[in-house]
Amino acid sequence: MSTLDKPAPRPGFFRRAWQFVLELWDVMIKPSSVFGLGVLVLAGFVAGVIFWGGFNTALELTNTEKFCTGCHEMRDNVFSELKSTIHFTNRSGVRASCPDCHVPHNWTDKIARKMQASKEVWGHLFGVINTREKFVDHRLELALHEWARFKANDSLECRNCHSAQSMDITKQSPRASAAHERFLFTGEKTCIDCHKGIAHHLPDMRGVPGWQ
Amino acid sequence: MKTKLGIVLLAAVLAAGSGSLVAETLTSGLRGPAPLNDEGPAPPMTPMRNTAEKEVRNYPEQPPVIPHSIDGYQIDLQSNKCLSCHARARTAESQAPMVSITHFMDRDGQFLASVSPRRFFCTECHVPQNVTNPPVSNDFVDIDTMLSRASPGGRR
Repeated sequence: MSTLDKPAPRPGFFRRAWQFVLELWDVMIKPSSVFGLGVLVLAGFVAGVIFWGGFNTALELTNTEKFCTGCHEMRDNVFSELKSTIHFTNRSGVRASCPDCHVPHNWTDKIARKMQASKEVWGHLFGVINTREKFVDHRLELALHEWARFKANDSLECRNCHSAQSMDITKQSPRASAAHERFLFTGEKTCIDCHKGIAHHLPDMRGVPGWQ
Repeated sequence: MKTKLGIVLLAAVLAAGSGSLVAETLTSGLRGPAPLNDEGPAPPMTPMRNTAEKEVRNYPEQPPVIPHSIDGYQIDLQSNKCLSCHARARTAESQAPMVSITHFMDRDGQFLASVSPRRFFCTECHVPQNVTNPPVSNDFVDIDTMLSRASPGGRR
């Protein structure tokens, strides 16, 4: 009979994968017969340190001005605009670079933002804003994202450096001290409500509340 | 003989004249002592006047000067930072003086709903002030001072 001669059909992909998982599980739960427990624990610890350190180093590498301005979209548009503002050059020589304002400093928030940024990688790969014209077209949308983020976290990235508690309004101009007393200290407004466009040029502001 | 004497005299006069030309240096409040063919050192930057108080106008038509600093204020087709305080709808919150009603008029004297495009760019007329001693003196007197003088044409 010809049907008996045929080899048994190869199991499907999912079945094979499941079998692999089962075999792996067997290996995982079986005690080691070669390495001592201490060696395994120590090796695991060292591998963990290396993995964690490597992960954070790589993460911090993507959190630098040099990395941000590695793409021409950032270097030629927003970074060149930053250069003339007080956050780039000022009397005391303190500089806020890209991640100081655009990446949360807390670890969990930072990871969340980095995951969101995968969309920005997509945008870079597909050239969503790879010319000045395209960037200008998208400028309002991009700015609205950042303003919404600042509004939602009560301008946290501003307050990492500028805290309302340590602000001496007697050293401010009369206009600034009056406005901060009225709107900032009462919690009625947050930094970004009044200080839009402090580090970059503004998009077409028609339709943005408080602007003409 | 006479012509020779004349030539010598003329040469002496010319020499004296050119000598005084070289020696003479032009001093003006704006240039400083730098010679005309040299560029003097740039004067240091002076601080901006940064208050909330209006300055008196020297004549009624004078565009009021800006009493505060406007560093980094963006005024272009995209946005106008000045209007985020001085626009009609913003003045309650900002307590800033409203843009004058004349700024709403178009060239035919018709009033528009908001600031007319021809009056949009504030710093064409309104300027911030530096805190410095004027390098050139100015003896301008306003019309009220002029009229109250006890001189011909003055109020008696």
